[in-house]
Amino acid sequence: MSVSSIKPGSIAAYDVAAIREQFPLLKQTVHGKPLVYLDNANTTQKPQRVLDVLSEYYTSYNSNIHRASYQIAERSTHEFEEARLKVRTFLNANAPEEIIFVRNATEGINLVAQTFGRMNVREGDEILVSAMEHHANIVPWQMLCEEKGASLKVIPINDDGELLMDEYASVLSERTRLVGIVHMSNALGTVNPVDEIIRIAHQRGVPVLVDGAQSAYHKPIDVQSMDCDFFVFSGHKLYGPTGIGVLYGKQRLLEAMPPWQGGGDMIASVTFEKTIYNDLPNKFEAGTPHIAGAIGLGAAIDWLTDTGMDRIEAYECDVLQYGKEVLSAVPGLRMIGTAKEKASVFSFVLDGIHALDIGTLLDTQGVAIRTGQHCAHPVMKRFGVEATGRASLGCYNTREELDSLVRGLHRVREILG
Amino acid sequence: MTAAPATTQAEKAAEIEEMFELFDNWEDRYQVLIDLGRKLPPMDLAEKNDNTRVTGCMSNVWMVAHVMQTPSGPVVEFCADSDAAITKGLVSILWYVFNGQPAKNILEFDIDEYLDRLGLIAHLSMNRRNGLFSMVLRVKALAASIQGA
Repeated sequence: MSVSSIKPGSIAAYDVAAIREQFPLLKQTVHGKPLVYLDNANTTQKPQRVLDVLSEYYTSYNSNIHRASYQIAERSTHEFEEARLKVRTFLNANAPEEIIFVRNATEGINLVAQTFGRMNVREGDEILVSAMEHHANIVPWQMLCEEKGASLKVIPINDDGELLMDEYASVLSERTRLVGIVHMSNALGTVNPVDEIIRIAHQRGVPVLVDGAQSAYHKPIDVQSMDCDFFVFSGHKLYGPTGIGVLYGKQRLLEAMPPWQGGGDMIASVTFEKTIYNDLPNKFEAGTPHIAGAIGLGAAIDWLTDTGMDRIEAYECDVLQYGKEVLSAVPGLRMIGTAKEKASVFSFVLDGIHALDIGTLLDTQGVAIRTGQHCAHPVMKRFGVEATGRASLGCYNTREELDSLVRGLHRVREILG
Repeated sequence: MTAAPATTQAEKAAEIEEMFELFDNWEDRYQVLIDLGRKLPPMDLAEKNDNTRVTGCMSNVWMVAHVMQTPSGPVVEFCADSDAAITKGLVSILWYVFNGQPAKNILEFDIDEYLDRLGLIAHLSMNRRNGLFSMVLRVKALAASIQGA
């Protein structure tokens, strides 16, 4: 989001110290220094409320869902389905049937590729993605294209890491069967104009999958106003547990799609001659799901809702602006990804210093960042860099922590200068 | 540190170990590694290519190794480099303890135990160590080929 779009005063009441207090992991030292955790695009830390809910599930009512008639199983089923309702509200989906629990955003994309994709993509057809996709939104489509004799087309980006929207309109063809677009780039921080992308695709009758792995924990999401056909995100980036994620799909699309994995819970009846599949959402949830994970994700959503997604967005935007200023003063630092619409992510290179050395030496200062190619090899190639250092913000990061990052980078330059 | 330059494999290994023991914080220890890397004999640019790249590294490592005949018998010689300074320091440790050594010394030297003693195994990410260990495998394979010849 741009600075101008922040509501005045909306971060005034944001008490980051009180927020940090709720994240036990942050209260530790590394190499004798307070941990400065700036790898949130990779995964976020968990508030106590999520940890308590996970613990309570296993201590009080661990039991399989949808299958038993005793009290604790009724409770686990209830809490699991409550979590689905919370996700529905969080995304503003039309119905809980549109919320499918999966392992992560990656699995959500694979599910769509293997069901919707296999059903609708034929030889000579095209899938359209952007040049800033995470491998999770490239490889599943390549696998599908290879199987079907279809081809993967790419929307190019400019030197700031922004989509070339004119090129998009021209590369979207009569053979395009789906557009897969990242909402917010993990490697660049760019926030893409998904509303516009979807509107243009829909004019040509092409459905759109939005990869929300990075956006869902930084900004309010409304799948109905966005009008995306599919939206995926991962729980572990949303201050929730690992191993749980969500695929949202429009109900009429999900209903027309064949199931992907077969097993228990996804069936209505089974004989050796014929199996009748269950209704949504169970049709896509074969086997015992990650029950604790879904309930933990529900708790994370409660926490985010109480904190306020719009307030988190505004606060992070303020810290992002501060970070841009202080990082630009580091000699030899080049920011990779300078889109006007950007959130949370500082991807950078330091002249003559390998990203891995930056990460390793920052660690001795207690500063945790990601280094490497960020599962986005094509992005690194586009910008002509082997790897970048990436500091990424969460709702609990402070300006002071970015000062620590900057001090650490100066130290790295002294050591390797 | 020893006054006379270290010559035997054991002396070289001990010399590096002494340098590490001088420091108890990791920034200083990385500084030692970086300085070691800076002393590594340069590798020809032409030799840094896809054929000489060692797999398994988050950073690039290149290595060229061969068997060299000397009056006292065959030894393994190699040159190596990395584009990351700390990785280059790790590469240089291998160079110090393995370069110019006869097969017996290379095969009998417990590099895992040695790096563990330096604290490097616990401290560096698997990715980088994997690259390091692919280097060790190459050097040991060459040494084994001498012994088997």
